[in-house]
Amino acid sequence: MFDAPHPTLATPTTPPTRTDPKIAACNVDVHYGTTHALRDVSVEIEDRTVTAFIGPSGCGKSTFLRCLNRMNDTIDSARVTGVILLDGEDIHDRRVDPVQLRARVGMVFQKPNPFPKSIYDNIAYGPRIHGLARSKADLDGIVERALRRGAIWEEVKDRLQASGTGLSGGQQQRLCIARAIATEPEVLLMDEPCSALDPIATAQVEELIDELRASYSVVIVTHSMQQAARVSQKTAFFHMGRLVEYDATSKIFTNPEDARTESYITGRIG
Amino acid sequence: MTDMNPDKARRSASLHRPDARTRRRNAAEKRFRACGLAAILLGLFFLLVLVATILRNGAPAFTRTVLEIELTLSPAQVDAAEAEVFKTRAYAQLFIAALQDQLETRGLDVAFDAGALERIVGQPGGTIRAHFQANPGQIGEPVVFELAASSRVDGYFNGRVSRATLQDSRFLQASDLDLVDALADAGILRRAFNLTFLTGADSGVDNPGGAGIGAALVGSVYMMFVVLALALPIGIAASIHLEEFAPKNRVTDLIEVTISNLAAVPSIVFGILGLAVFIQVLHLPQSAPLVGGLVLTLMTLPTIIISTRAALKAVPPSVRDAALGVGASQMQAVFHHVLPLAMPGILTGTIIGLAQALGETAPLLLIGMVGFVARGYPEGVVAGFTEPNSAMPAQIYTWAARADAGFYDKAWGGIIVLLVFLLTMNLIAILLRRRFERRW
Ligand SMILES: Nc1ncnc2c1ncn2[C@@H]1O[C@H](COP(=O)(O)OP(=O)(O)O)[C@@H](O)[C@H]1O
Ligand SMILES: [Mg+2]
Repeated sequence: MFDAPHPTLATPTTPPTRTDPKIAACNVDVHYGTTHALRDVSVEIEDRTVTAFIGPSGCGKSTFLRCLNRMNDTIDSARVTGVILLDGEDIHDRRVDPVQLRARVGMVFQKPNPFPKSIYDNIAYGPRIHGLARSKADLDGIVERALRRGAIWEEVKDRLQASGTGLSGGQQQRLCIARAIATEPEVLLMDEPCSALDPIATAQVEELIDELRASYSVVIVTHSMQQAARVSQKTAFFHMGRLVEYDATSKIFTNPEDARTESYITGRIG
Repeated sequence: MTDMNPDKARRSASLHRPDARTRRRNAAEKRFRACGLAAILLGLFFLLVLVATILRNGAPAFTRTVLEIELTLSPAQVDAAEAEVFKTRAYAQLFIAALQDQLETRGLDVAFDAGALERIVGQPGGTIRAHFQANPGQIGEPVVFELAASSRVDGYFNGRVSRATLQDSRFLQASDLDLVDALADAGILRRAFNLTFLTGADSGVDNPGGAGIGAALVGSVYMMFVVLALALPIGIAASIHLEEFAPKNRVTDLIEVTISNLAAVPSIVFGILGLAVFIQVLHLPQSAPLVGGLVLTLMTLPTIIISTRAALKAVPPSVRDAALGVGASQMQAVFHHVLPLAMPGILTGTIIGLAQALGETAPLLLIGMVGFVARGYPEGVVAGFTEPNSAMPAQIYTWAARADAGFYDKAWGGIIVLLVFLLTMNLIAILLRRRFERRW
C-alpha cells in the first residue's frame, strides 16, 4: 500500500499520485444562504476507480458530489468557492458551459427518477440532445448497449416502448444508470443509488458499478459502510462539512488515522 | 400507576364493543359525511332548478310561429299582379285568396279582413313577390311559403300573450285571436324551428322575431381566438420565466404579489384600461372583437399565470434533476420534460380563464360592444376582428334590457347557446387533457 498524504492536511500542494487525477478539488467551500455546508474540502479522484463518500447524514456528501457536475448551480441559495479541475481544466471557468460539463460528468440520483416516457426514450434522450446518433439504427444500437451495460436489457428488451415509470424500483434505478452511461460520460456520480432498493437489486447495482470501473471514474455516496467496503477502492469520510480522511478503502476500514473515522465505522457516531 | 390505566383499559376492552372514544369519533365522522352529502345534494338541486328553468324559458327562442301555405300562381296571375301599381298588395290579395281557399277546403268558415291578417303575419306580399322574382321557373308550380308570424302571435303561442293582455293593443286585437285559433286548428299556423335565432344578427327593438344570436356568437368566437392566441403563449412564457429562470428576490416577489392582485381586480377596471389604452391611445376601432379580445386577455392573463405556475410547481424536481443530469440545458429540461407534465394543469387554468372571459359583459360595456345592434356578419374572416360586433353575454344583456317582451325568450335562449358553447369549449379541453395525461 502506498503512502497516502494525511487527509486533514490535504492542500493544493498534495504530491501528485502516479497517474494524474481525473478530478482534483481544492479548498472547496459551499454555503447555502447562511449555512456553511462544506468547509475547505480538497480531494483527488482517480480515473477508473470507484471512490466512496461516507459519513453521517447532513455532513455534506451530496453537496460535494453536486459540486462536481455543478448541479448546485440550480440551487439559488448555493454558493460554491474553491477550485475543481476535471482533467486539469477548471470547471468554474467562465468558458465552461455547465451543460457540456454534465454530459461528461453523469449523475445518478438517490431516488430513481426515470422520465415519464418510454424506456427507449429514457435512454435515447441524452444521445439525442447531444447528437451522438447519426441514424435511427445508430440510436437503437446506443440504447441497446446502454441497457446491456446497465444490466437491464434482458428484462426490458421486449417492452422498450413501455413506460419507464412502470418498472420496479430496482429496475428503475438500473434504467437511470443506463440512461447516465448512454451519453458516454467520463465520470459517473451516484448519490446513494441503492438507498431505495432491496438487497437483490442492490447486489445487481453493485455488480454493475464494479463493471463500470473498467471504463469510468465512479464516485458513489453511500450510507452503508459494507457497500463502500465492497465496491470502492478509495474512500472519503466526511464529518460536519469537512473531509476528515481520504485513503484506500482497505486502510480506512482497517486502520483509520482519525479517531472520528474510527468511531464512525465502528458505529459510535452517525 | 395512574398513567398505566388507559393502556390497561384499552387492552382489556373487547374489540367487538367499541369504546366511548371510538363511538364519538365515528359519530363525528358520520355527521361530517352527512353534511357533505347534504351540501352536494343541495347544490345538485339548485343546478337542476337552474337548468330546468333555463331550458323551459329558453326553448321558445328556438322555435317561432309560422304561417305555412302552399301557393300556386299561374303566369297570368303573376303578369296581372306585375301590371298593378301596388304590386305587393296584388300579391297579398292572391295570398289571401289562397288562404281562404284552403280554409274552405278544410270546411272552416272564418271571416277575416286584410287588416287582421296583416297584424298576424305582417305584409307577406313582398316576400312572395321577391320569391317569384328570384325563381321565375317556379311560376305555375306549387310553392310552400313559411311566413313568420308577428311577435304577439308568437307570444300567444308561448302563453305570454292572452286575450286579457291584448286589451287596446294596436298591434294585435283580441278578436284577431279567433282567426289565429282557427288557423292553428287548420294546421296552417304552427311552431317551427327558428333557424334565424341561431344564425341571425340582432334586430331592431320592435322586431324580436327577427333577432338572432349568430352574429354575437361569431363575435365571441373571434374574441376567444384573440384571448387564446395572446393569453396562452404570454401566460405560459411568463410563468416559465418566473418559475424556472427568474432569481428569487424582492422583484420577483413583487411581481408575484402584483399578479395575484390583478386576478382579483374587477373586470370593469380592465374595460376602462382597454378604453384608455387601446382605443384612446392606440386608436384601435371601437366595438371591435380585437379590442374586446385584448381587454379580456388582460383579464385572463393573471388566472392563466397563477394556474400555470402552480402546475409547474407541482412537477417533481426530480424530473428537472434527471434532465439536467444527462446534460440537458435548462430550457430543454423545461420544454422536453416539465412542460408536458404540467400541461393538464395548464389546460385546466386556461379553460377557467377562457370561460371567465366568455361570460364577461362589464368590460365590453366600456369599449362599445354592448347595446350595439349588429348590422350582420363581418364582411370577411380578417374583417371579423375589426368590424363592430357584440358578444353573446353582451347581446343577452341587451335583450334583457329591451322593453318588448318578445326579447325575454331571446335572452333565455341566448343563455342556452352561451352555455352550450361553454360546454363545447370545456369538452375540447377535457379531450386535450386526456391526450396529454394518457402519455403516461
Ligand atoms: N438545497 C439546500 N438548501 C439549504 N441547505 C441545504 C440544501 N441542501 C443541503 N443543505 C444543507 O447542507 C448540509 C449538507 O447536506 P447534504 O450534502 O445533503 O448532506 P448528506 O451528506 O446527507 O448528503 C445539511 O446541513 C443540509 O441541511
Ligand atoms: Mg445526501
